[in-house]
Amino acid sequence: MTSPTLAPGSSPARTGVWIGIAAITMSFTAYTSAMVVRQGSGADWHHVVLPGILYLDTVLLLLSSGTLELGRRRLRAGASGAMLLTVTLALGLLFLAGQLVAWRGLAAQGLYLSSNPASDFFYIFTALHGLHLIGGIAALGYLLGRLRADPAPPWSALEAVTLYWHFMGVLWLYLLVVLATRL
Amino acid sequence: MHESSAPPTSFLRKHVFSLDHKVIGKQYLDLALVAVVTGMVLSWLMRLHLAYPELAIPGLGRIAPNGAAGGVMTPELYLSIMTMHGTIMVFFVLTTAPFAGFGNYILPIQVGAEDMAFPRFNMMSFWVTCVAFLVLLAAFFVPEGPPLSGWTAYAPLSAIGKDAGPGQGTGQTLWAISIGIFCIGQLLGSLNFIATTLDLRARGMTLMRMPLSTWAWFITSVIGLIAFSVLLPACVLLVLDRVAGTSFFIPAGLVVSDRLQPHAGGSPLLWQHLFWFFGHPEVYIAILPGFGIVSHILPAFARKPLLGPKVAISCMAAIAFLSYTVWGHHMFLSGMNPLSATLFSVPTLIITIPATIMVLLWIGTVYGARMRFTTPALFCLGFVSVFVSGGISGFFLAQPSIDTYLHGTYFVVGHFHFVMGVAAMFGIFAATYFWFPKMYGRMMNETLGKWHFFLTLIGVYATFMPMHYLGLAGNIRRYSAFTDDYMKGSLPLHRFITMAALFTGAVQLLFFANLIWSRFRGAKAPANPWGATSLEWSIPSPPPHDNFGGKHPVVAHGPNEYGGTGPEGDHVMQATPESLGTV
Repeated sequence: MTSPTLAPGSSPARTGVWIGIAAITMSFTAYTSAMVVRQGSGADWHHVVLPGILYLDTVLLLLSSGTLELGRRRLRAGASGAMLLTVTLALGLLFLAGQLVAWRGLAAQGLYLSSNPASDFFYIFTALHGLHLIGGIAALGYLLGRLRADPAPPWSALEAVTLYWHFMGVLWLYLLVVLATRL
Repeated sequence: MHESSAPPTSFLRKHVFSLDHKVIGKQYLDLALVAVVTGMVLSWLMRLHLAYPELAIPGLGRIAPNGAAGGVMTPELYLSIMTMHGTIMVFFVLTTAPFAGFGNYILPIQVGAEDMAFPRFNMMSFWVTCVAFLVLLAAFFVPEGPPLSGWTAYAPLSAIGKDAGPGQGTGQTLWAISIGIFCIGQLLGSLNFIATTLDLRARGMTLMRMPLSTWAWFITSVIGLIAFSVLLPACVLLVLDRVAGTSFFIPAGLVVSDRLQPHAGGSPLLWQHLFWFFGHPEVYIAILPGFGIVSHILPAFARKPLLGPKVAISCMAAIAFLSYTVWGHHMFLSGMNPLSATLFSVPTLIITIPATIMVLLWIGTVYGARMRFTTPALFCLGFVSVFVSGGISGFFLAQPSIDTYLHGTYFVVGHFHFVMGVAAMFGIFAATYFWFPKMYGRMMNETLGKWHFFLTLIGVYATFMPMHYLGLAGNIRRYSAFTDDYMKGSLPLHRFITMAALFTGAVQLLFFANLIWSRFRGAKAPANPWGATSLEWSIPSPPPHDNFGGKHPVVAHGPNEYGGTGPEGDHVMQATPESLGTV
């Protein structure tokens, strides 16, 4: 993503991620407002006890943001950061596995997608966050592939992926607060 | 940024799965052309039935045996056709053509880029949109036919399933999936438009030197990014209500077709809020590119700079912001608190101020000009005319007390067809006649173009103006026939409108003939047939694969330097070196 016409300091990849962040924020805002309206529109809202593994998952995701940031800094300093990026990717996959365990936990309580409006939103929020995280994992995989082929890091892609990954962490923290306080 | 400077050679890469923004722009326009013909034929079917409710339309019985036995359509089929007409026109014509189509082709060139920022996303954007269109069309081919809940798909009608009527089964599910997919396509498109405008501008192309058309596409993509990010969740929730047994939009105790619906606790108003939070900005997604196109084209034919370009940009930005504060004016009849209605009414009236300023700027631009009345210039003037005609009725509808009477009538049909439908179409026509030489390297026929303009102008006024009177007379909309009740008196006027609609449709054959004839037989177009200033006119027609032939344009002038003397005549092109250009 370099071009002689590109203005200095501009990075379409980073801009693209910021635009993506705006769109994702907007869509989760829409889901949140739908949740608030739905909670008030019927008397059938039953609170959901959150599976404990969600908190472990949160730690994993925050840790992965840390390893990615460390990896990025190492690459910036001219050292190899591929290992830390691989650890990040593995932590991301572990997070997704943990989310699946959380779903199983909910199903064990007899709560499925249409059981009650609170569980609807639990599945919707976690599934959509997971889908977006899979996008981040794919981007990390792409980045690792590029690093393997050419030791000079693709800077703008690295910055963009890091930004997106951190946003996934922030989004999850927001969702966790929503899930813990509203559902 | 172009994937490679050498053009692809395989047919698939060149014409089908192309990464070239110019090919993708043309693909969007071709898609819109197929969609607009489909939508227009549907409107004729509706109009024929409204004028002659007993008329058996030849062939209709065979296409829709359940909805039109013997060729006479049932009220349900009428609603299905209305739904598909609205959905196809709003999403697949008014969004794809002026925004995704022309924006894709022209925006990268106007900012001096070799391609969009993310060519692969750009290609995906088109193909995802194409799939959305096919999924929507599939609703015609399921046993119960297309949905009948209107392009706004109000819940609970849209959420219940086939108990709510034919077409509310699979047809409505296909509708919701199609629109959800469409949102993804437009989000990818908006992402590209914004990143390209912000990051890929040529040297010297400051934001204030961008042509107004590019400004409009940029602002439109910001609106689209936010609007489609909300419609997508709405469609996801609607699909879940329909297929997964959730109850987001369906209240408790609903008995439909003698069956108690197995849902409880949902809010039908939630759908309206989510939908119109997208739906009102969507109006501006359809019309703002027209604002930009007219602001860009008029000066080229007035041979005068646009009056107040900075004011115009501010007005478009203000409209974009305000478009998110007015959605409730579509819901005055939903039983909302009168205080909320007032809160939505005030910004609705305020948004008319920037819109009016835009109109004054266009009139001020052509005032005292020695206009060159070419076809694109005529369509720009026509745009101003129909936008004003349709906009004025908006002042009435913005007031809750008046809207209470008019909302369910043909007044609204006349209003939005003028201000959103016809105005946007005139913008599309202006853009087509203006940029066709650049896109295909051949001029369109001016005589045919002028006939097309004048006959279309007469046709659309004859079609949509009387609808305002019908509405004032209390003629309700969405009914399939007005034979058995107090509205019988409106039948002659309905027949007149039908004739006008058929006439307007027939006139479009002139346009199609011109498109096809000019594509192959039109006079060869020079690089700059209109003596315009922006970057697309400084490169050959049609442009080379990488737009600027390996060179990197340097911009030294604004897009508005008409009148006076320059090295090219009475204007200075944006890429003219600074030392040469004076106006």
